Amino acid sequence: MKLKTLIVGAVTALAVASPALADLTFPNLTYRTGPYAVNGIPYADGYADYMTLLNERDGGIGGVNVNYIECETQYNTEKGVECYENTKGEGSLVYQPMSTGITYQLIPKATADGIPILSMGYGRTSAANGKVFSHVFNYPANYWVGASAVINHILDLNNGNIKGKKIALVYHNSAYGKEPIRTLQELEKKHGFKLSLLPVDHPGQEQKSQWLQIRRERPDYVTMWGWGVMNPTAIQEAANIRYPMENFIGVWWSGSEGDVLPAGDAAHGYKSLAMHNTGSDFPIYADLKKHVYDKGLAAGDGSSSGQVLYNRGLYAAMLATEAARLAQKMSGKADISPADMRDAMEAFSIDEGRMAALGLPNFAPSFSVSCENHGGPGLAAIQQWDAKAKKWSMVTDFLETDGEVINALIAEDSSAYAAENKITDRCG
Amino acid sequence: MPAEFYYGVEVFLNGLMAGVMYSLVALGFVLIFKASGIFNYAQGIMALFAAMTLVGFQEGQIPFAHLINAVFGTEVHHFGWTMPAFFAILFALGVMLLFAFLVEKLILKHLVNQEPIILFMATIGLAYFMEGFGDLMWGSNVKKLDIGIPQGGNFWIEENTAFLGGADFYGFYLDTLDIYATVIAAVLVTSLVLFSQYTKTGRALRAVADDHQAALSVGISLRSIWVIVWGIAGFVALVAGIMWGSKSGVQFSLSLIALKALPVLMLGGFTSIPGAIIGGLIIGVGEKMFEFLIGAPLLGGATENWFAYMLALVFLVFRPQGLFGEKIIERV
Repeated sequence: MKLKTLIVGAVTALAVASPALADLTFPNLTYRTGPYAVNGIPYADGYADYMTLLNERDGGIGGVNVNYIECETQYNTEKGVECYENTKGEGSLVYQPMSTGITYQLIPKATADGIPILSMGYGRTSAANGKVFSHVFNYPANYWVGASAVINHILDLNNGNIKGKKIALVYHNSAYGKEPIRTLQELEKKHGFKLSLLPVDHPGQEQKSQWLQIRRERPDYVTMWGWGVMNPTAIQEAANIRYPMENFIGVWWSGSEGDVLPAGDAAHGYKSLAMHNTGSDFPIYADLKKHVYDKGLAAGDGSSSGQVLYNRGLYAAMLATEAARLAQKMSGKADISPADMRDAMEAFSIDEGRMAALGLPNFAPSFSVSCENHGGPGLAAIQQWDAKAKKWSMVTDFLETDGEVINALIAEDSSAYAAENKITDRCG
Repeated sequence: MPAEFYYGVEVFLNGLMAGVMYSLVALGFVLIFKASGIFNYAQGIMALFAAMTLVGFQEGQIPFAHLINAVFGTEVHHFGWTMPAFFAILFALGVMLLFAFLVEKLILKHLVNQEPIILFMATIGLAYFMEGFGDLMWGSNVKKLDIGIPQGGNFWIEENTAFLGGADFYGFYLDTLDIYATVIAAVLVTSLVLFSQYTKTGRALRAVADDHQAALSVGISLRSIWVIVWGIAGFVALVAGIMWGSKSGVQFSLSLIALKALPVLMLGGFTSIPGAIIGGLIIGVGEKMFEFLIGAPLLGGATENWFAYMLALVFLVFRPQGLFGEKIIERV
């Protein structure tokens, strides 16, 4: 734990303990410690720095200060639920659990409490169906979009024909890692490839068996749903068996600097999905430097600035705070409630003009949300690692995915959830 | 012979190599338990801390840079030099020896004659302290560890064994890093056994392991022995940290390799150095062969973690003290 984080935490705790202020409270369930801290820290730093930027540069949102609360989960579901219970009374506007396991647990709780969840690129995929999941949003992309984007990329590389090709999924043996399986199985039927499934147990440091199997079976492509140490280990093992890196494609949670750097030059050419652009060549970084870094207010030591997961933290915070801005506009009051926030998230839209105004031009696709569609545009891009330059580069635009397959699966899964929980179609 | 048979042999060989990696971790536990009866919960963190320290020296990282910057408003991170791996290993070893001295001075000295459970609890506290201390000292970002040991499938072995199984067999895959680990583990164990059998300190160490009171009565300094044992365990942790850190980078998860050592200890016994090696090999081969023959084709895979513990439990039923552990009879 960094001293600065401790100080920020202590100050935050004091602020929380003070008499109620008209603040907009954004809790962040982080993991700065434990086996997944390598991924959790840059994300949390990006998220926290964006909130600090809003307070320092703009005086908050609509003139109301942002009250940012961190709660440490260690990527542990039980601790995540505790964090939710401990912070929901603070007037929390939205939860971004940063864990599929925690998201699954919070869906019924947050819905009952009337607090929205934004599980950006993770969580329960079928929550994209707003007719069933009133308080859960997973825009701008979800796992099934990711699975389809991987297959579409492989289709592009093979002139649209992958019949008979062998594709292996190496996945974290958890709720998160299992999410894409159903979609890949449907796509297997549709396109005629052969899918093999290779689970890896937590934390994923030992993968010899899986990669020996890959070496034996020689799949044409390998895709990965990994997190934490599982990612660099898999990339190193792939390099060890001399698997062609350009045929190895991870999900967006398996495509950050910490995943590829330990493998050194061997990681060159590795690909992953992307839900936003990469690098620090965006105007927002000048503002961050002026209002956050140079004032000594950065959440971390600055080493993660511009990294993939730092950018994701910025993006997550931006999407949440822009929804809060819309909620102020829709409700006509500055001090909004979680219910106002939910309504705004359902009416949310963001375009290139707005993102450019926020200092993030050409950063992520434009999209809008509706009562029926809480999942966003269903777009994903591919990025590739250049080991010599030590940077990620986008190698495709944000491309369409297989809505026909994904929407049918979303309808099926959400219908089952609705029947189980006696939920009726709320969008009429 | 069909290719499948040779792939089975390949899995067996890789199981042996994996077992050696587990044994490297288990050895640290055995050394401390044997000499002091303490189950050192901090052994995994010691491996992480040793590896972080090694990388820190190699890269010329300024310790506590973030703390210094936060307090003094500076922007310092590196000294501006890099250190050759050999010297970095020596310096890291020096830090681990200093660590052993401090553990004895600040913790163990005050807990002499306490119940084993108290000492165990102390090591839990030590583990959590070191986790935070290591992060504060070297940062929590993932670090690449490279001391020049090559990685990846050994070309020579692959090419010269590919003829065995026909067109569907691609030769035996053996990771060069694992081969190095095997040689290093063999040298380490031999050195430890020779040290323990043929040196004065080694004999004193065995005397303390057999009976603290009797050892004290003949003038052996318990405190010196503890410093030596924790120092050796620190060295073993450094070796384990190097081997595991080279595979997947240096980060918090490195400390979780201790989880792989527990079934090895249950099987091999907590007091036997050869037991740690044999136990590691049995666990490594057992879990890999089970995954190959039953886990992956019939159970959907990911059986290694639980199978290792199940195998150890089966052994426990028949030999509670482990294969090579001492049977302790306490009379009321």
